[in-house]
Amino acid sequence: MLKTFPTGGVHPPENKLTAGIPIEYLPVPPNVVIPLSQHIGAPAIPAVNKGDYVKVGQVIGTGKGFVSANIHSSVSGKVNKIDLAPDSGGFKQNAVYIDVEGDEWLDTIDRSKEIKREISLSREEIVKKCLESGIVGLGGATFPSHVKLTVPSGKKCEVLIINGVECEPYLTSDHRLMLEKGEEVLVGVSILMKALNVASAMIGIENNKPDAIARMSELAAGSFKGITVHPLKVKYPQGAEKQLIKALTGREVPSGKLPLDVGAVVHNVGTAFAVYEAVQKNKPLFERVVTVTGKMVSKPGNYMVRTGTPLIRLIEAAGGIPESTGKIINGGPMMGKAVSNTDVPVVKGMSGVILMPAEESVRRVIEPCIRCAKCVSACPLNLEPYLLMTLSEKSMFERAEKERITDCMECGSCSFTCPAGRPLLDYIRLGKSTVIRMARERNLK
Amino acid sequence: MSSTVLITIISLSLLAFISAVILYFVAQKFKVYEDPRIDEVQAILPAANCGGCGFAGCRNLAEALVKADTFEGLNCPVGGAPVMAEAARILGKTPAVVDPTVAVLLCNGSPDNRERTSHYDGAMECRISNSLYAGNTGCSYGCLGYGDCERSCKFDALHIDPLTLLPVISDEKCVACGACVKACPLHIIELRKKAKKDRKIYVACSNCDKGGPARRACKVACIGCGKCVKVCAFDAITLKDNLAYIDAKKCTFCRKCVVECPTNAILEINFPPRKEKAEVAAENVN
Amino acid sequence: MSNLLNVSPSPHVHGKESTQKLMLNVVIALIPAFITSVFYFGIGAIIVTATSVASCLIFEYLIQRFVLKKPISITDGSALVTGILLAFNLPSNIPVLIVIIGSFISIAVAKMTFGGLGNNPFNPALVGRVFMLISFPVQMTSWPVPKGLGTGYLDAVTGATPLAIIKEGLKNGEPLSKLMQMIPTPSQMFLGDMGGSMGEVAAVALLIGFIYLLYKKVITWHIPVSIVATMAVFTTILWLVNPEKNADPMFHILAGGVLLGAIFMATDYVTSPMVPRAMLIYGCGIGIITVIIRVYGAYPEGVSFAILIMNAFVPLMNAYIKPKRFGEEVKNG
Repeated sequence: MLKTFPTGGVHPPENKLTAGIPIEYLPVPPNVVIPLSQHIGAPAIPAVNKGDYVKVGQVIGTGKGFVSANIHSSVSGKVNKIDLAPDSGGFKQNAVYIDVEGDEWLDTIDRSKEIKREISLSREEIVKKCLESGIVGLGGATFPSHVKLTVPSGKKCEVLIINGVECEPYLTSDHRLMLEKGEEVLVGVSILMKALNVASAMIGIENNKPDAIARMSELAAGSFKGITVHPLKVKYPQGAEKQLIKALTGREVPSGKLPLDVGAVVHNVGTAFAVYEAVQKNKPLFERVVTVTGKMVSKPGNYMVRTGTPLIRLIEAAGGIPESTGKIINGGPMMGKAVSNTDVPVVKGMSGVILMPAEESVRRVIEPCIRCAKCVSACPLNLEPYLLMTLSEKSMFERAEKERITDCMECGSCSFTCPAGRPLLDYIRLGKSTVIRMARERNLK
Repeated sequence: MSSTVLITIISLSLLAFISAVILYFVAQKFKVYEDPRIDEVQAILPAANCGGCGFAGCRNLAEALVKADTFEGLNCPVGGAPVMAEAARILGKTPAVVDPTVAVLLCNGSPDNRERTSHYDGAMECRISNSLYAGNTGCSYGCLGYGDCERSCKFDALHIDPLTLLPVISDEKCVACGACVKACPLHIIELRKKAKKDRKIYVACSNCDKGGPARRACKVACIGCGKCVKVCAFDAITLKDNLAYIDAKKCTFCRKCVVECPTNAILEINFPPRKEKAEVAAENVN
Repeated sequence: MSNLLNVSPSPHVHGKESTQKLMLNVVIALIPAFITSVFYFGIGAIIVTATSVASCLIFEYLIQRFVLKKPISITDGSALVTGILLAFNLPSNIPVLIVIIGSFISIAVAKMTFGGLGNNPFNPALVGRVFMLISFPVQMTSWPVPKGLGTGYLDAVTGATPLAIIKEGLKNGEPLSKLMQMIPTPSQMFLGDMGGSMGEVAAVALLIGFIYLLYKKVITWHIPVSIVATMAVFTTILWLVNPEKNADPMFHILAGGVLLGAIFMATDYVTSPMVPRAMLIYGCGIGIITVIIRVYGAYPEGVSFAILIMNAFVPLMNAYIKPKRFGEEVKNG
C-alpha cells in the first residue's frame, strides 16, 4: 500500500505529455521585462536606473523587509526603463525593462559543468546566500526561502520534506529536473538539511514517475546520508504542503498553523536545485525550468528560461499558438492562472504554460446543486464546499468564517468533481479573501 | 347533561383566568420602555429597509433620530427632504439640509469604445472577476458589466444594458440609497448632487493610467490632459492621478468643458441639443 | 487564434461526472428490478411504469414552461428517476388515472413548489406514493399475485403481501409459527416470488443495482448498509425476546420495500445528508422507524414513512453534523 493523505482528493487525467522530453535551453530574447514582485511579500525596490548597463546575475531589485526577495537581472544589457507592466492577471506591477546586449555574466558566478558536492558554508552563511540570491519556493507559492530556513527560537525542525510530487496534470518540470539534475538536487537537499540542522530528509514522489523514483533512490542510497525517497500514490492535491506532510509522516498540521509546528519544513525539488546553484555555484535565481505543453502544441517540451522572457517567446519555441487555442494557463490546470495576454513575462513561480483547446477551455452550464456531497468527499481539508459557496454567494461571511472558509487552500477539487458544473471555488475564493480582510480589520481595531 | 356543560364552562373559565393572571405578571416583569415617538417616526419612513441611511433598517434610523440632539449626519435618502421635515416636526427639531443625490456611473466603456482583449468565463459576478484579474479590456478601472450593482438595487432603478454592457440608472427610480456604490468592487458609481431637470455634467471615466495607455484602452477615456481644468471658470474641475473630476456643487452647467474635452470623456445629460458636439456625445452615450 | 482568450478562475479542467450521467446510472441500476417485475407481473408492470415516467416528464415540462417560466431541464433525468421509482412503489394492477394523479403530486407538489431539482426537502416519489396510499387505500393495497408474464393488468388475481399476512394474523391472535407457513420461503422472497409493489419484490435484482451504483460511485455504502444493519439488529432483539410474536430478521429485510427504499429511495441525493457520519445516523433512524411501524404501528409496512420522517431531519443534520476538519485536533502534542 503506497502512502498518501487520508481524506478527499481527486484524480484528474494526468496528461504528462512532456515527461520524456529533456530540458532545452531557450535562447536569450532581445528584450526582457523583469517584474519586481515575483514572490509573496513586499515588492523589491529598484536598484538600477534607466540607462544603466547590467550583467547577468546582477541585483536589479533589493528585497524590502524580511518577507521579500532580491530580483536579479537574467540578461546583460541596458536598462530601457522602469515602468509598470501587466502581470498574468492584467494588474500592473513595477518592472525593469532591459534591452539585451550579448550575454555577459558576473565573474563571481561559477559556470563550470562539474558538480560541487563539498558544502563549505556555515548554516548562517547558507541562509544569507539564499536571501542574497533571491531564492523563493519554486513550486508555485513563491514564498521567500530564507524565511522558511530561519527557524524561530522555541521551535525545532525535525524533518525536511522535499516535494517532488508534481501532482498537477501536464506539468513535468520537477520530474525532468530530478532525472537530469538529480545529483545537484540532492546536494541542494543536503544544504537545506545543514541550514535547518536536521538529520533526515524525505523526498516524496508520486508513483507515476517511476524513473524519477528509481534515479533519486539510487543516487540517495549511494552517498547522501539521511535522505530517503518515498513513492506516493497518485492523488491530487498531494503536493499541497499539509497533505504531503500527512502522507509522509502522518502528522497533521493544525488549522491556521505552519508545518514547523509539527516539526516539518517543506521545500520543492526546484527550490533545492536553485539552492544548490546559489550556494555552490554562486548563481542567483534568474532562470528556471518551465513546461510548455498542451494537446495541440506541436513541439511541447521543458525549457530552461530566463525570467522576464515574454511568454510568447516560450510558446513560439514550442511551435507557436495553435489555431484552436482557447485558453493559456500559467501553472497547472488545477491551480494555475489563465493569462489574458501572451506578453506577460516568465517569473520565478511559473512552472508551466498550458495551451488548452477552445472546446476544453469553456466552463459548463451551471446546473442546480443536487446535494450529491461529492464536493464534501473530494475536499482534502474536510470542508463543505457546497455550503461555503452558498454562504459566499449570499454574503454571509461571518458564518463562512465559522465553517472555516479560511482553511481552504484553493486546490479546486470541489469544482473539478461537481457534476452540476457549479463554480464552487470561485465563490469560496471570494468568501475566503473577504473573511481574511474582515479579520485583519478586526485585529486593527 | 347539564352538569357536563357546567363543568366544561367552569373549567375553561378557570383556565382562562389563570392564564390571564400569568400573562399579566409576565408582561409586567418583562416590560421594556420604548419612546412612543420611535413608532411615530418609523411610520413616516419609507419602510424599504434599504440601509441607505447607514443603519440596518428604518427602525434603527428612527431610534437614532429620536435619540439624536441634532439631525446632523442623519438622513433618509429615499424619503428625502419631505420625510426628514416631517420627522423633525414630530420630534420638534430642525432638519439638516441635505442635497438630494443620484447614482452616476463613472465609466462609458461600452464594447464600441473599449475594445475587449479577453473573454471572462468564470462565475458572472464583478466581485469574483475583479479579485482574479484586471477585467477583459485594457482598462483595469472601468465597468466589468456583470451586474453586482443591478443585483444590489432594491428599487429596480438600475439595469445592465445588453448592448453597452454598462448599467443604466433611472433618475426617477434611483433613491440614492448607495447600495450599488457599496456593491461595485471597482468603486466607479458615485452619488452626485441632483440638479434641476436631472441635468448632469461629469467625467464618465475612472481610468488613472497615463494618457497613452488610457487612450489605447478606451476611446472615451480621460487622458488627464487638463484642458477642462483650464477652461473651467468656476474652479469646479480638479485633476488627480491623470483623472479629471467635476465637483457637482461648484459646477454651473456652462458646458465649456464638454466641448473642450478631446476624448469626449465628459458627458452632458438631459441638456437641450446643440450643434455637432451634442450628436457626438449622444452617440457615445448610446 | 482568431478569438479572444478565455480567462476564468482555476480549476481549468473538469471531471467527467454530470447530473445527467448520475441519473442515467441510477436508471441503469433499476433495470434488473424492472426486468424481474415484468417477469412476475407481466403487462401491468410495463403499463404502470410507462404511465408514471411519461406523466412525470410531462408535468415537469409543463410546470417549467408555463408556471415557473424557467429553462426546461427535463433532460437532466431527475424526473425520469422519480417516475420509475414512483412506479416501482405501486402495485402493478393500479389504474392509470391514479398513477397520473400520483405523478402530479410527486412533481408538482413535492418537487416544483420548492424550486425544482435540488431544493425539495422530501423525496418526490415517496410523497406521491404516500399521497396515493392515503387517498386510494384499496387500490394501493390490492397486490397482484405474481403469475409470470401472463398476469393480467386490471383483472389480476390479488392477494396479501407477506407483511400484511403477518400483521393481520398476529392481530387475530394466530401464532407466528402457523403464519410463517403461509408466506413464501426466504429463497422465494429473495428471488421476488411474492406479492408486493412491482419494484420491491426481487431482492436479488435490487442488490445487483446496488453493486452497480457502488461500482460507478454514484452512492456510498453508508445509507443502505446502516438501514439494513439497524433493522437486522433491532428485529433480532425483538425476535430473541419473543419469537412467537416477532418475525425473524431475515424475513423483515427481505419482505416489503426495505431494499428498494434503502438502496434507491433513501440515497436520493437531494433529501439525504451530506456528511458520512450524518448518513449513518439517517440510516439508523430509517431502520428504527421502519421496524417500529411494522411491529407496533397500524400499517404493515413503514419504509416510505420512515424515509419521509428522516428526510425532515436532514436540514438539521446538515447544519449541525460537520465532518472532522483537517487539522482540527492536534494529534502530535
